[in-house]
Amino acid sequence: MSLIWNEKYECMPRPELLALQNERLRETVGRVFYEVPFYRRALQERGLGPDDVKSVDDLDKLPFTTKNDLRDNYPYGLFATPMSEVVRLHASSGTTGKPVVNGYTRHDLEVWAEVMARSLTCCGATKNSIIHIAYGYGLFTGGLGAHFGAERIGASVIPASGGHTKRQIMLMKDFGSTILACTPSYAMHLALVMDEMGLSKSDLKLKGGLFGAEPWSQNMRSQLEARLGLMALDVYGLTEIIGPGVAVECPEQNGLHVWEDHFLFEVIDPDTGRQLPPGSFGELVVTSLTKQAMPLIRYRTRDITTILPEPCSCGRTHRKIARLVGRTDDMLVIRGVNVFPSQIEEVLLRIAHTEPQYQIIVERRGQLDELEIQVEVSGQFFSDEVRRLETLERQIRREIEDVLNIGVRIKLVEPKTIERSEGKAKRVIDRRQL
Amino acid sequence: MPIKQISVFLENKCGRLASVTRTIGDHDIDIRAFSIADTTDFGVLRLIVNRPDDAVQVLQEGGFTVSMTEALAVQIPDQPGGLAGVLELMQDAGVNIEYMYAFSAKIGQDALAVFRVENCKVAEGLIRAKGIRVLGGDEVYGL
Repeated sequence: MSLIWNEKYECMPRPELLALQNERLRETVGRVFYEVPFYRRALQERGLGPDDVKSVDDLDKLPFTTKNDLRDNYPYGLFATPMSEVVRLHASSGTTGKPVVNGYTRHDLEVWAEVMARSLTCCGATKNSIIHIAYGYGLFTGGLGAHFGAERIGASVIPASGGHTKRQIMLMKDFGSTILACTPSYAMHLALVMDEMGLSKSDLKLKGGLFGAEPWSQNMRSQLEARLGLMALDVYGLTEIIGPGVAVECPEQNGLHVWEDHFLFEVIDPDTGRQLPPGSFGELVVTSLTKQAMPLIRYRTRDITTILPEPCSCGRTHRKIARLVGRTDDMLVIRGVNVFPSQIEEVLLRIAHTEPQYQIIVERRGQLDELEIQVEVSGQFFSDEVRRLETLERQIRREIEDVLNIGVRIKLVEPKTIERSEGKAKRVIDRRQL
Repeated sequence: MPIKQISVFLENKCGRLASVTRTIGDHDIDIRAFSIADTTDFGVLRLIVNRPDDAVQVLQEGGFTVSMTEALAVQIPDQPGGLAGVLELMQDAGVNIEYMYAFSAKIGQDALAVFRVENCKVAEGLIRAKGIRVLGGDEVYGL
C-alpha cells in the first residue's frame, strides 16, 4: 500500500466522515450567516436561518456562490473574520477584470498545509524527499501552497519558483531532487530543455511529480512520465477555495480524491442547478467546511467533472472525481452533445505527438449544427504527398468522431491562419445565431 | 545523385500561390520546374529551384509549411514514345513512381522530367543500369 499522510482522516469510515461533514457544515453556515452580510441576505431571501441546515442532505436548499459574487464583493466583502485574524492574502491572475482574492487565518494556513502534505504524500513524498517547487511564488497560490505542504511533511524544500529553466535543471541534478511540483506545461518545458542540454531522466533522481493549476491530458501524463522518469499525479484546487490541494490523484491514477473533511462537493447540471448522480458529467460545486477567513457556500467552480463512486483500492475513503475535462465556459452543445475543446486537443496531441494549433468553428445550416475543426499543418503533420495528408485528415476525423459521437469536418490550414490574441489561440468560434 | 525538391502546403485560397512565388522571387531564387497536387481544400506545391536550401529558409521565415524531399531528374528523348520508353524501362527495373512532372528547359535535344519514387538512391541505380540518364543537382539547378 502506498503512503498515507493522515490515516485517521484520509481513511475515516464513511459514516464518521459524514457526521464530521454535517457538524462542520452547520458551523460554516452559522458563521457566514452571522459574519457575512452577503450570505445573510442570500439565506434570508430563501427563508433560511442559521439552524435550517442540519446535514449535507440540506445542501441543495442553500444558494450558489458565483465568480460574479466574488467580483461584486471585491476585495474583502465575503470575509468572515476581521482583518486582524487574516495573516495572508492570495489572488488569482485575473485575466479578465479584477482578480479573485482569498484571505487566510492562521488556522486556514494550517489546513492548507495539511491538505497539501496529504497531496504530496500521494506522489511519494516523505521527510527524506527533496522537493523541487517550480510553481510561481507570490500572489499565485501554487508556490506557497506546495511549499508549506512540503515543509509540513518535513521534506527538504527547494523554493525554485518559475523561470531560469536551465538553472532549475542544474539544481535538480546537483541537489538530487526526488519530487517535482509545478504546472504540467512547465514540466514539459523542463523536459524539452533537458533534451537541449543533453540530459536525460537518468541524470536526475525524480520519482514523483505533482502537477496542477491547469488542465492536462492522459497523453501528456505518459510523455511526462517517460521523459522525466517519475509518477505524474494531478492536483486540483482553486484560489477561491484555498489554492491547490482541494483534490488529488492517488497512485491508482484513476480520479482525484477530494479531501472531503475540508471541502464538501457536488456535481450539478450547469443549466438547471440540480445535483447530478455519479457518472453524469456536470459542474463541480464546492462548499468550504473549515475555512475561516473566507468560507464559500456552494461555489460554482465552472470546472466539469463527474463523481466516481467506487471505493478506491488505495485505502482512502474520500470520494473521487474524474480528471477535469474542461470548463463550462468552454463547453459547446452541438446537436445535444456536450463538446469540450480538450477532447479534440487530446486526439490531435495523440496523432501529431505535439501540441497542434486548432480552431473549432460551429455553424448552423438549416436546423443542423455543423462542426468544423481547422488544424494548422506544421512540420510534423506535413507530407509532400497529398495522399498522406488526406489519410491524416481522415484519421483525425475518425478519431474525433469516435470521441464525440457526432460528425465533424476537418480542414487542414496553413500555419498562423488561426487567430491568436496575446499568444493564446482562440479555440472556439460559434457562428450560430441562436 | 537525387535532386532536392521543395514542397509547400497551401490552402486553396486566393493569392496563396502568388505569395509563395513572390517570396522566393524576391530572394532571386529561380524556379526550374513545378507542379501542384490539389484537393478541394488544400494543395501541395512542388518546386525545383536553383537554390533549394535558401528557398526552404526564406519560405519558413515567410511562415509557410515547407519540406524538402529527394527526387530524380531524368533525361528523356524528346520524341513520340520517348516518355513511354523511359517509363517502361523503369517499370522493368521495378521502380514505383509516386508522381512526376516536366521541366520547361531542355538538355540539348532531350526533355527532362522529375520523378518522385520511393527510394531515390536505390531507384537511381536500377534505372541507370537500364541506360537511362539521371542528372545531378549541379546540372539541374544551373539550367
